[in-house]
Amino acid sequence: MSQVLTLDCLKVGRSAKVIQINNTGSIRRRLLDLGLIPGTIIKAELANPFQDPIAYQIRNALIAIRKEDSRNILVEEL
Amino acid sequence: MKKKIALAGNPNVGKSTIFNALTGMHQHTGNWPGKTVSQAIGEFQYRGIEYELIDLPGTYSLISHSEEETVTRNFLCFEEYDAVIVVCDGLCLERNLNLVLQILEITPNVVVCINLLDEARKKKVTIHLDLLEKKLGVPVVGTEARKKKGIDCLLEKLHLLESEHKKTTKVRYPRKVEEKVIELEAILKKKEITDLPLRWLALRLIEKDIVLEKEIINHWKISLSEDPDINKVLETDNDIEKDIFASAIMQKAEQLTMEVVSYQNPDYEKRSRKIDKILTSKRTGIPLMLLMLMFIFWLTITGANYPSQLLFDFFSYIEGYLVHFLEFISCPSWLNSLLVGGIYKTLSWVVSVMLPPMAIFFPLFTLLEDLGVLPRIAFNLDKGFQKCRACGKQALCMMMGFGCNAAGVIGTRIIDSKRERLIAILTNNFVPCNGRFPTIIVMISMFLVAANSSGMASISQVLWLTFIILLGIGMTFLISFLLSKTLLKGLPSSFTLELPPYRKPQFFKVIVRSIFDKTLHVLSRAVIVTIPAGTLIWLLANISIGNMSILAHINNFLDPFGQLIGVDGVILTAFLLGFPANEIVLPIMLMSYLSLGTITDYASISELKTLLIDHGWTVLTAINMILLCLFHFPCSTTCLTIKKETGSIKWMLYSILIPTLCGIILCFFTTLIYKLIV
Repeated sequence: MSQVLTLDCLKVGRSAKVIQINNTGSIRRRLLDLGLIPGTIIKAELANPFQDPIAYQIRNALIAIRKEDSRNILVEEL
Repeated sequence: MKKKIALAGNPNVGKSTIFNALTGMHQHTGNWPGKTVSQAIGEFQYRGIEYELIDLPGTYSLISHSEEETVTRNFLCFEEYDAVIVVCDGLCLERNLNLVLQILEITPNVVVCINLLDEARKKKVTIHLDLLEKKLGVPVVGTEARKKKGIDCLLEKLHLLESEHKKTTKVRYPRKVEEKVIELEAILKKKEITDLPLRWLALRLIEKDIVLEKEIINHWKISLSEDPDINKVLETDNDIEKDIFASAIMQKAEQLTMEVVSYQNPDYEKRSRKIDKILTSKRTGIPLMLLMLMFIFWLTITGANYPSQLLFDFFSYIEGYLVHFLEFISCPSWLNSLLVGGIYKTLSWVVSVMLPPMAIFFPLFTLLEDLGVLPRIAFNLDKGFQKCRACGKQALCMMMGFGCNAAGVIGTRIIDSKRERLIAILTNNFVPCNGRFPTIIVMISMFLVAANSSGMASISQVLWLTFIILLGIGMTFLISFLLSKTLLKGLPSSFTLELPPYRKPQFFKVIVRSIFDKTLHVLSRAVIVTIPAGTLIWLLANISIGNMSILAHINNFLDPFGQLIGVDGVILTAFLLGFPANEIVLPIMLMSYLSLGTITDYASISELKTLLIDHGWTVLTAINMILLCLFHFPCSTTCLTIKKETGSIKWMLYSILIPTLCGIILCFFTTLIYKLIV
């Protein structure tokens, strides 16, 4: 059973498929540039000592995103 | 005729290594006209043809509108050039092909250069270059630029580029977009627009790219979006989502990557991840960072001690001969005193105190930078910056500040938001640069740690230094927070931080580069300002008004205020006269003490302590000296850089005012507390 959640709730070590990106403005474009589009499979790879930001494996690159922004990304846990 | 070649690519893919491999020493750097983005242009020859190579700023795409991306896109759209080399990271092909595909929409004259093949091979990732070449329809070359492998092949493909007729791959968009593209292409064709591919232009019109529209009006003096025919096409069925453009290109890149890359070892990043887990975990992340910092300080302090003393001895040995020589050529005694007592002494001070710690600290720091550790530190510290409503990348600029604050200020260019960039600029001076490190170290070893050479002493020196650095970092956070609440109000903007894979640094290169590029550069700057400053000090100390030298007058004038904050007039004068470079604050101070008292020769650092105590120094004076060293106005170079980067004198004045006030307030309180206790 797959579960839909916001990206900030995805536990470290788990993978998910991007469903929808609700961010606006420059961060939205930046995420698209980095290859985060609906359908992309990403993995929560690393949390920093304060659990924010979290680094995600996105298309073979490790990208840190703050919770404030990952909150707006809808994913389906795999 | 020179051929003009542009070099494009994502950030961090070794673009500059390729640039250097192609052009060698024949290059010059500057800024793009009207931008803060730096530009490098180089030249090279191949098979009798001269080439000019223009290094475009590193970008992920041509879609978003950061300064780098605007510069790159404008160049590709409106400048004349013969070909573009797009450098890609072999390990991150998908994202890199995204840029390649976008550039291919603008020009077919592209050579794709897949760099970092050695890293890919190590991780058992195979990229089928021939297949990629066939799929893209443009030449593809594999390189290992750091080992200069594949550069010949790149040159050859560049050379042969024109003779081939290319049919390049195209990204297909959803049908409703493609239909509009055909209609728009027809209209644009009638308008006899030939400078840009019509398909690309049509796509941007559908996307309603306002930035490009402005540039077109700027360059061609026509407005396309106001054209009635074009508008008619755009208005019908106007429900196209903006994201489908980015998505379509990305999907194409994804598909291409799947076809040409094979992974023999899917767990190739396991080791990197393991290290990451340790470096960033809740329990070990922060302590490890501190230990790393302390280890670097320890190496710097203990390693610098001996060579410092050696240089000291060497210079005083030469000094005797210099005096004799000047006497021998019957140089007037005042000139002798100016040259030796003024210039030579200050110079030898600067060199022997500055050179050893720099020669150790810079290479160590560059090693960390090359390894890829710095982004992890920024990752760990981000929460703090977030709380202060600043950008996490500020941590990177802060660390650059350890080397040189002017470099740190320039480094703030990586921060997109203007507000957050200003915060980073105004607080950069709170970490001590290399010019200030030695002063702090000397103070610690003279007054705060019992002078013996046992292991304990050097460890407590390191602890003190770490504490002082943490104080600076704490102040960075505090002031960032206060600025966000007052002068630079606002919410934190979004950002993403890439944690690149760890790379094995090239030890030899790092050492050579950091010694020649950084150490000698900083040292020569120090030497250049030392000569006039040494002269000035000597003049001030030797020209008398009334029965006192000018220097004594200045010292006396500043002394009451100095006493109030637990230092004296000499120290304050030294900081003021040290404005050109922080390196010379300590020598100036010592010289004025020497010129005020009986002139004795102090041959070593430890003997200097006696001199200072003779002038009423206590532990409090040393602590306040350290505090002032940490918190005072930036040096002249940094100030000029701040003015240039912010484009305003106002911010430069703030950058002077804020740390100076911090220093004065702190010293005032330490003095108060000290007086209450003692």
